[in-house]
This record gives sequence, structure tokens and C-alpha cells, in this order.
Amino acid sequence: MKRLLSIELQKIWLSKSSRILTISYFFLLSFIALIASIKFNIGSFQLHIAEQGIFNFPYIWHFNTYIAAILKFFLAIVIVSMMSNEYSYGTLKQNLIDGMSKQEFVLSKFLTVVVFAFASTIFVFIMSLILGYSFSSYTEFSIVFSDLEYLLAYFIKLVGFFSLCLFLGILVKKSAFAIGFLFVWNILESIVKGILSFKVFPEGKSAENILQFFPLESMSNLIVEPFSRLSVVKNIQTAIGGAGNGKDYDVHLTSLLIVLAWTVIFMLMSYKLLKKRDL
Amino acid sequence: METILSITNLNKIYNKYVHAVNNVSLEIHKGNVYGILGPNGSGKSTTLGIVLNVVNKTSGEYSWFGGAVETHEALKKVGAIIERPNFYPYMTAKQNLELVCKIKNIDYSKVQEKLALVGLVEREDSKFSTFSLGMKQRLAIASALLNDPEILILDEPTNGLDPQGIHQIRDIIRLIASQGTTILLASHLLDEVEKVCSHVLVLQKGKILYSGTVDGMTANEGYFELQSDDNETLKTVMSSHPAIEKVVFEEGKVLVYLKSPLEASALNRFLFEKNIFLNHLVKRKTSLEDQFLELTKNK
Repeated sequence: MKRLLSIELQKIWLSKSSRILTISYFFLLSFIALIASIKFNIGSFQLHIAEQGIFNFPYIWHFNTYIAAILKFFLAIVIVSMMSNEYSYGTLKQNLIDGMSKQEFVLSKFLTVVVFAFASTIFVFIMSLILGYSFSSYTEFSIVFSDLEYLLAYFIKLVGFFSLCLFLGILVKKSAFAIGFLFVWNILESIVKGILSFKVFPEGKSAENILQFFPLESMSNLIVEPFSRLSVVKNIQTAIGGAGNGKDYDVHLTSLLIVLAWTVIFMLMSYKLLKKRDL
Repeated sequence: METILSITNLNKIYNKYVHAVNNVSLEIHKGNVYGILGPNGSGKSTTLGIVLNVVNKTSGEYSWFGGAVETHEALKKVGAIIERPNFYPYMTAKQNLELVCKIKNIDYSKVQEKLALVGLVEREDSKFSTFSLGMKQRLAIASALLNDPEILILDEPTNGLDPQGIHQIRDIIRLIASQGTTILLASHLLDEVEKVCSHVLVLQKGKILYSGTVDGMTANEGYFELQSDDNETLKTVMSSHPAIEKVVFEEGKVLVYLKSPLEASALNRFLFEKNIFLNHLVKRKTSLEDQFLELTKNK
């Protein structure tokens, strides 16, 4: 396993563009901390974001993992190109001839995906801890380390998403087209979502029940948007006259399982595809 | 003799109707240098691709080293170069070789030695993308030799190279062959195969036309080139000799093809007794090229 990882990391690290993208990804992740310095002036009233409770434990776990997940596209490019480059350089063929099995090949890519997701999770964990301790109103141990399931959800979300990228890289073989395909897929899911929720099942929860099994939808369901949970926003809502939205912000086991299932499916399909193809 | 690779009744059909490899069987024994000859598109690369785990076979069997290990494990003891050199363009020569070491699960100790063998030591820290085709091909050979393989497989190693490049590659191949490494060389260049190979396999449209030693292929009885003042009489007289298969005129010379052994001196004496005196007498062996063209003709 160590051997497979070191093979793959050498391939990524020695490539200048992958290295720059990876570094800028982690660099940008740390910029979440900059949100702390955002201040609005609304007339005489000054709104300082950091003081609105977004860095309060345990809410910060939810907020930071949600924001950090948006940046995953940077790594997605690295992952798609690490796969499609193997095709364009002809090195996939050469690796197999040199004695790597197809199974090892897919495994080495998957391990890299897991390492990337894990590194991101650790990074977000440490950053949130630092931000939290600087700005949170509550720093009791039991509160700080509650709601950590958001980190698990973040990790699973990244692994699932990167597995999809890997699969697309193998399927399409060209990085630009694979990323394009990802957008098309995203749009298709939105269209199906629209049709299902407004035309086919306008009432009840049937549309939602079906949609939760779609790959991208299931990934975005893992961490629900945190903004409407913020007390400022809630206050505004009540002021306007809404009676709270009753939204469920928790991480659900079913969504975790659905994304894990997709991860397994994507990896198996990648392997099957590789096995079936003549190079 | 130790068998390195055995292939039995291998078939490959692309897209349901292109029969690229048709019932090919062969055995590769340790220490020999094999050539696979065939025109472009005759199934050479496909056959090699199948045993190298990059092309899926349609039917038939192959086994490495007696079938004791899985193909990908066996390939760690094989060095192979297919068509064009495939490396990561952004890595240096040395980094590329180290990556191959990792894949083959061996340490880096051989990297320098093999770079020296192919004469790339002074360019070891240059990126692969800056290499000329000849250098890329030599790096590919260094990479294939990293694990001191039991067998070296070369698919068109001199394709696209300039004369110096071709010469360098051939020297390296000859050097490796002299060290007792088994070599399997696929090529459509006949003199290349004739110069370095001991055994030859001729493929056309996926079928084996000939399989055996190079000497066996060229060792028919050969032919004589004769010329005298009266070629007509010469021709009639020669046709009456029992060892002659056929006699033809070509470019002012009489070509005499044999069906059983006949020495030049015996032929000379025979004609002398018939009162024919020769201006020109040469005994020639059929070249591999002639044989190859003969084999692949009208098929």
C-alpha cells in the first residue's frame, strides 16, 4: 500500500501544474479564516461577521466544512488530470507492462483520493479549532468536540466526489472533456430534479426521496447549507414573519451510506472499464 | 530448455470482425533471440500486447515462466518496449527510472548502471520532454533493463530513428543478446531480424506462416548465377541436370535454382564436360527478404 501511494504521489508532486494547484488549494482553504475580518457597514450599524456566531462551537464545524467543500473543485482538476494524463502520455500502458496490475493501478489512484480527502479534513479540523478558540463564545471541552460528524461527512463527501472525478477521468480519457462532462452531469441532475419536484411529484416528499439517491445530490445532501441556521438570519426571518423553516441540519447515516455506495460503484466501474479496454 | 513464454492457440478479434491474431502458438526458450516478422498490421503488436497484459485476448492461452505466477507479477521479470517510449514528460530521466523501480518493487541501485549502458548519464537530470526520439528510445531500453529481465521484448525499437539512432539501438541489442538475455524482437525490417535473431516467426494477417530458426528459413539449397557466351545452350544443358529445379533468364544472366545440394565445383565440371565455359559463376543463398516475400506472396 505504501508502495502504491509513493508511486502515485511522485506522479502528482513532480508535475508542476498539479503541485501548484494542490498548494493553492490548501492556501485557499486557510483563507476561510479571512471571513473573520469581514465587516459590513449598514448605515451607522456595523456588522462584524466573526461576532455573529459563525465561529461558535459547535456551529463552526458545520460552517467551515460547508465552505471548505466548495473548494474541492481545485483538487478535482488535479485528480481528473492525473487519470487522463496516464492515457495521453501512454504511461498507463507502460505501468501495466512494467508489472503493475490493473487492480493496483485503480487502487493507487483511490488511495491518493483518500489521502487528499483525509489531508483536507485534518486541515479543516485544525483551522476550525484555531478559529473557534479565537472567536467562539463557548470553549468548554464538551461543546468544542460535539457535532464532529460534520468532519466525517466532509471526508466522505470529498472521497465520493473525487471517486466520481476519477471515474470520469478513466471514462472520458481527456481532462478537459471529463471536467466538462462533470458540469453536464450536474446540469442534468438539476433538470431531473426540477422535473421531479415540480412536475411529476409536486406534492409530498416522493421527489426528495428519489433525488437523494443521485450521486451529486447525495453528496450535497451530506452537509446542508449552514447560513439559514445563523442566528442573525433566523432573527431576520422571524422579524419578517416567517415561523422558522424547520430545516433539518443534521448529518444523516443514510446520506453517508448512499455516498459510500456511490464511491464503491465508481471504483468498481473504473476497474471494470480498465479491465475491458484494449490499450 | 527452460520455457519463458508459451502461447497456445491465441486469438484476438477486434470489433467482432477484425481477426488480428489467428490461432498463434509459440514457445520462447531461454537464451535465444527471436524475431517476429510481418508486414504492418499483421498482428505482431497485438500478440505482444496480449502477453503484456494491455490487450485482452479473445480466446487461447498464454503463460509466463511455466504459469507459476500471475501475469502482472511475471511482468516484473520482463523488460518490454512497445512502439513508442512512454514516460512522464515532466519528470527527469532519473525520476522516470526510479518510478519504474517502485512499480517493479526493486531498489534504485541499478538506475545509474542502466543509464550508463545506454549512454544517458550526462542527461539524467534533463526532463524527458527535452529528449530526442533516439534518446527517448534509449531511455526506454534502460527502463526495460532495470530489473535485469529474463526476457527483453522490443516492438519496432528502431522505428522513426535516424541511421545513427538505429545503429546505437542495434549495438545495445547485440550487447544484451551477447550477455545471454532472451530477446523477442518484433519488426518489419528484415535485415534487422536477420542480423540479430536466431529464431524467427513470420506472421501475416494474424496467422503464422513460418516458425523456426533463421538458418532453417534461409537454408534451402540456394541458387547459381551463371553466364556464358551462349546462354541459350547453357540453359538447355542446365535444365537436363537432375539437381536443378528451374532455370530462368534475368538481366543477361542465367539463374539456376536447385532442389538438391550441388557444389559450385561439381556444376563447373558438369558444364566443362558438356563443353560450356563460364564467364561468371556465383553461388548465392536466398536472403531472408526473398524468403519472406516468397512466404507472404499471394496470401
